[in-house]
Amino acid sequence: MHPILAIKVFFLVLFGRPIPLASFPPALLPAPDEPDEPVAPPAPPEPRAPTPPPAPKGPAPEAIAVQALAIFQSEGRLLDFLSEDIEGYDDADIGAAVREVHRGCKKALKDHFDLEPVRAEEEEALVTVPEGYDPAAVRLVGNVVGSPPFSGTLKHKGWRANAVRLPKAGEGKSALVIAPAEVEI
Amino acid sequence: MIVGIDLGTTNTALGIVRSDEGATPEVFAIPQLVKPNDLQSRPTLPSFLYLATAGELPEGSMDLPWGAGRTFLVGEAARERGAEVPLHLVSSAKSWLSHAGADRRAPILPHGAPEGADKVSPVTAAVRYLEHLREAFDAAHDVKLADQQVLLTVPASFDAVARELTQEAAKAAGLPNVTLLEEPQAAFYAWLASVGDSWRDKLSANDRVLVCDVGGGTTDFSLIEVKDDGTGNLTLERVAVGNHILLGGDNMDLALAHHLMQRLAADGKKLDAGQQRALVMGARRAKEQLLSDAAVESVPLTILGRGSKLIGNKIRTELMRTDLEKILLEGFFPACAKDDAPKEARRTGFMELGLPFVQDAAITRHLAQFVSRHADGLPTHVLFNGGVFNSPLLRERLLSIIAQWGEAPTVLEEDDTDLAVAKGAAYYGAVRSGGGIRIRGGVARSYYVGMETAAPAVPGIEPPIRALCVVPFGMEEGTSVKVPGVELGLVVGEPATFRFFSATARKDDVPGVVLDEYTWPDHLEETAPITSTIQAEGLEAGAVIPVTLEANLTEIGTLELWSVAKDGQRFRLEYNVREQEDA
Repeated sequence: MHPILAIKVFFLVLFGRPIPLASFPPALLPAPDEPDEPVAPPAPPEPRAPTPPPAPKGPAPEAIAVQALAIFQSEGRLLDFLSEDIEGYDDADIGAAVREVHRGCKKALKDHFDLEPVRAEEEEALVTVPEGYDPAAVRLVGNVVGSPPFSGTLKHKGWRANAVRLPKAGEGKSALVIAPAEVEI
Repeated sequence: MIVGIDLGTTNTALGIVRSDEGATPEVFAIPQLVKPNDLQSRPTLPSFLYLATAGELPEGSMDLPWGAGRTFLVGEAARERGAEVPLHLVSSAKSWLSHAGADRRAPILPHGAPEGADKVSPVTAAVRYLEHLREAFDAAHDVKLADQQVLLTVPASFDAVARELTQEAAKAAGLPNVTLLEEPQAAFYAWLASVGDSWRDKLSANDRVLVCDVGGGTTDFSLIEVKDDGTGNLTLERVAVGNHILLGGDNMDLALAHHLMQRLAADGKKLDAGQQRALVMGARRAKEQLLSDAAVESVPLTILGRGSKLIGNKIRTELMRTDLEKILLEGFFPACAKDDAPKEARRTGFMELGLPFVQDAAITRHLAQFVSRHADGLPTHVLFNGGVFNSPLLRERLLSIIAQWGEAPTVLEEDDTDLAVAKGAAYYGAVRSGGGIRIRGGVARSYYVGMETAAPAVPGIEPPIRALCVVPFGMEEGTSVKVPGVELGLVVGEPATFRFFSATARKDDVPGVVLDEYTWPDHLEETAPITSTIQAEGLEAGAVIPVTLEANLTEIGTLELWSVAKDGQRFRLEYNVREQEDA
């Protein structure tokens, strides 16, 4: 993907509409093809929709993913649990540990995500999927014939995060640290 | 807006009443770091301050939306990180604030941190908590906390010096106009807020309400009496407060964890420091589960392995109901007689200079002592406050013991024993301007200035001290008294220092009364000394001028002492909280 297209697509995703390139600082834009001639002062800009605030310099997507893992590790030891070889333990031992992991991860989830079901109805209830439904929010399975509205049985309510409050991501190399090593002095 | 702040020993909360009329108090969810970099809102701000060393935590990870470049943590993150590195953690700063044996403006906390480590004074620690509240409040509202009416609660047992220091901390935190209110009264106002005018049906003249507040680290008793003003109108008066007792719910968690640790040790299992912390937290959860559900007989606890092998290295144990009841009921709420008193353990010659923790963990014996010292009769009603009394088992226990002393008291029900003080303080702020019911009480102690008696000097023997009463018990806010009868000679230009005493159980002393040393050894407590320096134009240095004393109890709840010269010039006497050599 051409870098400038990538930027456009990113803002399309972020704000739901393309952002005029004029609103980017010149350093972000590729050098113009024209020779280096003194440029005439630009004509006064035509009135247009107010430009959105410049995009904040956010952390890298990897750093955000690491933060999400970090909260489950620090509250619920999830990474330790998933990384441990559980073959040799009996179910009672695993069960006892899972209670602790479950308690911690549940707290991490509650602290950092406001969750709600996508559909409010009870599972196994008959529901209607209207015309123009969001295919990201509702997935149809089974004998799908024709066009919406559809009616069917709610098999899974789905989950939606109404709010996400992840810790501030680190920068540089440390952004990829999920849990620091512990050294007792 | 009217704001109530409960600056607690282990948790701080902020209540808000948005308008004056019949408004219900709300609780402000306080944004705070719960881990470095992780900002969340919580109903309370744990009263902990963590002083990080340079480079210890990633740069910027202690920053708040309203403050960059921080090198300390306040709140949940401070408490959690401090559990890992205890020598950097300031805790129980409020108890230090009221500890007369310590210099409360000197950097002495964390207590026990080595020489050269970062330290702060108890006052500074309180400033940090209040500052955090102010900044968090300001960030969340379009008005400033400093411009609101703010009620700040203090334990009823706080003496004049501790109140003065609390005011000082509030000013330094950017809250110049706060009014102090006693915590048990705030808890009672929260009850009044919940029942409204119907309180007059629930209480009648001559009822005595015991406010029993057992928080995380402290226990406080107050007694509020219902009186008839002669026209059939009921009034409320706070008639007694107990001493500041350093004993609370955290002690119970530690006792349970200690019991479990002994059991594990008997099986040859040893816990490292991190697992011990996990055990204390596990013990607290198990306690809450056992106390809230009478059908549960035991709660399993799993302490995960400390390294990355969590199943392989885990340790299992369980807390049994029988053990819990034995430890809590027999250890903290044992049956005792009406005239029992806390047991004083024999003190050894060398004592570490720390907080004056109580020797006897039996809350019931402390209560018995309070009741027999202060009350004209047993309490007829009990208002529970503090997280410990979320447990019906512990409430029932305390009630049944009071019932054994005489008649069973009635409980005044309050929903939210953890947040009642902050809510009640805000409610009080709203009703006091609107002419709502107020608890009268005035000052909960009488105060005395020590005077050396004119006696022939004997080398090695301090001259006997007499105590001059300057403030009577119950003196009301906004009033002042002149101390009659006694004139003191002060040297101009030289600081004069007086010893200063207070008593919670001497209600009949009037200003001017002089007590001999022999009549007060039991009931008088020494607080910080007071110093007066007279420097004024027209007075020659070295001259001795006669002065009389005047005491003024301010509307905001602090006590001012003045010396007044014959020509009417007034000089403020300052509390001197510097550590005394003999303290």
